[in-house]
Amino acid sequence: MTENTADGTMLSGGGRSRGYLEEKGFRSWALTLDHKRIGALYLYTTLFFFLLGGIFALLIRIKLMYPGQEIFSNHTYNVLFTLHGSVMIFLFIIPAIPSGLGNFFIPLLIGARDVAFPRLNLASYWIFVAGILVILGSLLRPMDTGWTFYTPYSAKTAANVTLLSFGIFLVGMSSILTGLNFIVTIHTLRAPGMTWHRLPLFIWGMYATSIIQVVATPVVGITFLLLAMERLFGVGFFDPAKGGDPLLFQHFFWFYSHPVVYVMILPAMGIISEVIPVFSRKPIFGYKAIAYSSLAIAFIGFFVWGHHMFVSGMSKTAGIIFSFLTFFVAVPTAVKVFNWIATMYKGSITFESPMLYSLTFIFLFTFGGLTGMFLGALATNIHLHDTYFIVAHFHYTMVGGTVVGFLAGLHYWFPKMTGRMLSEKMARWGWLLTFIGFNLTFLVQFYLGFKGMPRRWAEYPPQYQSLNIVSTVGSWIMAGGILVMFSNFIRGFFRGDPAPANPWKGLTLEWQTASPPPTENFEEIPVVTDWPYGYAKRKTAGPPPRFFDRGAGDG
Amino acid sequence: MEKGRGAGYGVYVAVFAALLVLTGATVGVSYIDLGIWNVAAALLIASVKATLVALFFMHLRHEGRLVWTFALVPILFLALIIGGTLSDTLFR
Repeated sequence: MTENTADGTMLSGGGRSRGYLEEKGFRSWALTLDHKRIGALYLYTTLFFFLLGGIFALLIRIKLMYPGQEIFSNHTYNVLFTLHGSVMIFLFIIPAIPSGLGNFFIPLLIGARDVAFPRLNLASYWIFVAGILVILGSLLRPMDTGWTFYTPYSAKTAANVTLLSFGIFLVGMSSILTGLNFIVTIHTLRAPGMTWHRLPLFIWGMYATSIIQVVATPVVGITFLLLAMERLFGVGFFDPAKGGDPLLFQHFFWFYSHPVVYVMILPAMGIISEVIPVFSRKPIFGYKAIAYSSLAIAFIGFFVWGHHMFVSGMSKTAGIIFSFLTFFVAVPTAVKVFNWIATMYKGSITFESPMLYSLTFIFLFTFGGLTGMFLGALATNIHLHDTYFIVAHFHYTMVGGTVVGFLAGLHYWFPKMTGRMLSEKMARWGWLLTFIGFNLTFLVQFYLGFKGMPRRWAEYPPQYQSLNIVSTVGSWIMAGGILVMFSNFIRGFFRGDPAPANPWKGLTLEWQTASPPPTENFEEIPVVTDWPYGYAKRKTAGPPPRFFDRGAGDG
Repeated sequence: MEKGRGAGYGVYVAVFAALLVLTGATVGVSYIDLGIWNVAAALLIASVKATLVALFFMHLRHEGRLVWTFALVPILFLALIIGGTLSDTLFR
């Protein structure tokens, strides 16, 4: 907590240097080449869409509370769940951690002054914005296909499929450029002494993520181009009447969209790997296992896309192969979970808000992962496919996993990014409400799905109503938690206590520079002499061991 | 362009000519019905063209092991998407 941390280290709020935030004005932000400012721009943008997507979700839940009542039309309902999925996936979850926190912290964590290609970095942000504008333009005739754009419906509907998919094409291009930038940055700009096995685990997660972004994203771009050619020029890639194959779309789409699940989760796992040792005051357990399991997840993630298609009419042979391969993903994922738990074992654990979110991640993500086993098995999949069981499963992985991991990162790095502390009390209230609300919303959906309630339907038989009311009330509690959390961010940004350089006593490099960091990140590029998890064992007195040699004058 | 990396104009012209010949071959092959080998023939010619472009115009032949790794790994993933999709379409 804040009161325990002020130990005379550099305070940078309250009239002191505002670091990279010093320069003001539109141009200084719009044309900035500073990775921290570009990261901040991504964060503002993605957080806005997080709130917008959340409003769509609340509307969906209100409709589902009263089946049979015309709160809004079924078509509007279809549009709302399409928008909720598309906005949350493409404009929030995919870019939030990699492009937002990744941009801000990769150079800081590896001891670099910036990313390898700062201009490309700025370009990727503005391409992202261009994609958003195109997507917003498509709302004039909004999509009702769901976020997966499945053919043949997406090839025929009057909605603006071509425009929306072009917008996502642009957003994807921005994602490729960012991934490319990060790969080159991690290869070429590591501080002296920062060997691969001294890299913070967030960097390993981001490295694996970047590879997926570069390899997988072009496939969805091509798929949308094929869809556009089918819609605009009548080329029959997916239309059986013209010799096409509608399942081909699903193969292409999921070849991208399954690995992209790991673009969402791997950076979050990286954040958890940073937070757990800091708040357990123990060296991370199984460093290499965690590092290489990130690469393993990225690799295996490319082999399992067919498990989204078990009941689509795909061949049984393919079903058996993809089901078999799907279970392999559980291995590196479990390796991480067990190593985090082993890290905490006999540690001096404290429960500040980043740690609360990290523990929540482990708890909820394990739920999400294990229910994935039911879905990966061919027989149970037939019963559970297209039910609320799947909705609950992927919300446990994507919200319980990625979003909670992102929130852990925001709370953990907020002092570094802004130079100000959050109110710990408000942060805990925000966490508690979000945790309760989330579980209330989605835990009952496992049961609803198991009992057969189909997903995507605006209406449903009356026996499901009582649990749907529970779910909707849960969504309000969760919204309340997020409201408290955002109020805390805004309050903290303007009026929070000045943050010391290293409020959590972390050993990674970002904590060895001022809060907020100066534009050039470090007065002198640090020389790294050890790994970043050398926390003193339990009950050892004295200051934490030094991770690197510092230049003079650095607090 | 880095010093000492550019080949002479002759090499580039020769590669360009080879690409034109191969484009002609693609068109020519399309007039011959090879049955299921139609796609294989078109893909083979296209792969040779892509290899030429990567090696000469994109200077891959001058690069070290790391760049070669990054150039070759996506081919594995291409094989994967084709193989995985065939495991469906060939066994329906």
